[in-house]
Amino acid sequence: MQAINSGDTAWVLASAALVLFMTPGLAIFYGGMVRAKSALNMMMMSFAAMGVTTIIWVLYGYSLAFGKSQGGFIGNLDHIGLSSTLDQVTGAEGHQIPVLAFAMFQLTFAIITVALLSGAIADRAKYGSWVIFVGVWITLVYLPVAHWAFAAQNGEGGWIIDKLKALDFAGGTVVEINSGAAALALALVLGKRDGFKRDPMRPHNMPLVLLGAGMLWFGWFGFNAGSALSAGSLAATAMINTQIATAAAAMTWVAYEKKRDGKATTLGVASGAVAGAVAITPACGYLNPMGALALGLIAGVVSAWAVTRKYKFGYDDSLDVVGVHGVGGILGMIAIGLLATVTANEAGADGLFFSGGTTQLNRQLIAIVAVAAFSFIATWLIATVIQKTIGFRVYRDDELTGLDTTFHAESAYDITGNSNRY
Amino acid sequence: MKLITAIVKPAKVDDIKVALQAAGVAGMTVSETRGFGRQKGHTEIYRGAEYTVDFIPKVRIEVLVEDAEAQSIIDTIVTTANTGSIGDGKLWVTPVEQVIRIRTGERGGDAL
Repeated sequence: MQAINSGDTAWVLASAALVLFMTPGLAIFYGGMVRAKSALNMMMMSFAAMGVTTIIWVLYGYSLAFGKSQGGFIGNLDHIGLSSTLDQVTGAEGHQIPVLAFAMFQLTFAIITVALLSGAIADRAKYGSWVIFVGVWITLVYLPVAHWAFAAQNGEGGWIIDKLKALDFAGGTVVEINSGAAALALALVLGKRDGFKRDPMRPHNMPLVLLGAGMLWFGWFGFNAGSALSAGSLAATAMINTQIATAAAAMTWVAYEKKRDGKATTLGVASGAVAGAVAITPACGYLNPMGALALGLIAGVVSAWAVTRKYKFGYDDSLDVVGVHGVGGILGMIAIGLLATVTANEAGADGLFFSGGTTQLNRQLIAIVAVAAFSFIATWLIATVIQKTIGFRVYRDDELTGLDTTFHAESAYDITGNSNRY
Repeated sequence: MKLITAIVKPAKVDDIKVALQAAGVAGMTVSETRGFGRQKGHTEIYRGAEYTVDFIPKVRIEVLVEDAEAQSIIDTIVTTANTGSIGDGKLWVTPVEQVIRIRTGERGGDAL
C-alpha cells in the first residue's frame, strides 16, 4: 500500500456515509409526498436502488465507470469484482486516498441518481419491473455518463471532463440533468396517474417531507464538499456554497409562492432547499460565496415556476424530478459558465462575468445537451422495452387500491393499533 | 330519552365538554369525522397546484339525556359551539327507544 493522506481519507469515508444517508432521506421526502396507499412502495423503490446498484457496482459498475477509458466513452473491465483495487490509491500527490474509499463514495452517487427517478413514476410502477429497470438503467445510462463527466485520467479519461473540459464539481450532469431527463422519459412511457389533474393527490404526510428534505440537506454536504476528495479549503468552499445556495433557494421559492398563490408553504420551503442544493451541485467548487448566493436566489424562483409546467404540457412527473433536478442541474451548469472564478478554485475557470469570455459557457452547454439527450433517449428505450415485454405500468385496479397492499402486502399506517380485529 | 347528536368545529370540543360536565351530563361520546355543509370545502396548494378539499374535519358529539333535560343540554351545546361564522355545525335530536348499561343490565333512565 502506498502512502495515503489520512485526513483526506477520513473526509471521503465520512462523505460516503453522508451521501448514502441521502437516499433514505429521499425515500422519506418522496414517501411523504405521495398518497398514503402507496407510501411504502415509494420508499421501497429507493431502498431497492440501494441494493441493486451496490451489487452492480461491485460486479462491474465501478470498473465500467472508472476503469481505464475506452476512447472517453466507457471504462474497461480491469476492476470487475473490484479486483485490483484493494491496495491501490488514487488522487493527487500528497492527497492520496484508497481507491476503495473513492469507489464507495462514487457508489452512493449512483444509488441516489437512480432513486431520484422513482419520483417521476409514483403510485403506478410495477415493483419487479422497477428492480429490473434499476439494474438496466445503471448499466446503460449511469455508468457511461459517470465515466464521461467524472473519470478524469490525465486527459485520457471521460470525454466531458478530459476532452470537452466542461466543469461539473459534484454531478450537475451525472446526477441532476441525467435524472431529470430520464425522469421525463419515464413519466412519458408510463403515462399519467389515474386521476391526474382531476383528483386531489395531495401529499399525505408533510412532516415526513420536511424530515426528508432535512436529511437531504445534511447529506448534501458529503455530496458536494466530499467531491473535493480532500479535507482542505476546496471542501470548505464547496460546503459553504452548498449552505448558501440551499438556504437562499428555500427562501425565494416560498417568496415566489407567496406572491403567486398568496401563501408560503412548507412543501415550498422543502422543495426550494432541494432545488438550491441541486443547482449548486455542479458549481459549488467553482463559485465564490456571492456567486453561490446569486445562483441560489435564482434557482428557487426558476424551479418553483418549472414544477408547474407539467400541468401545462400534460406529463405526470409526479414529484417533480424534471422541474427540480433537471432544471436545477441545467441552471447550475450554466452558472459555472457565467460565475465561475479561479479565485475560488485555481483548477476551475473564469466565467463570462469574470472576464473569461464564452469559452467555458459553451463547454457547459455542450455537456448539458449531450447528457440530457443521451439520458432521455436511452431511458425512453429501456422503459419502452420493459413496458412492451414484462409491463411497467400497474393494472388500473391495483393502482386504485394502492401499491402497498398490491406489491408488498403491507400498509404504512395502523393508527388504531387494533384495526386487524375489524 | 333523547340522543343529541352535534357536528361541531374541532376547536370547540373542549369548551362543550366543560359546559356539559357543568350541566351535569353523565357521559358523552366524541368521534373525529369529515363532511361538508354550506361551508363547503377549502382549497390547499401544493407546489402551485390547487386542490379542493371537499370534506372538512369536524367532531361529532353524541349525548344521551332524559327527555326533561334535553332542551337545556341542547341550548348549552348550541350556545357553546356558536362562533357566528360559517361552519359552526349542526345539531339534531332523535328519540331513543331503550338504553342499557352493559355491566349491570340497568335499563332506561337508570342506565344514563
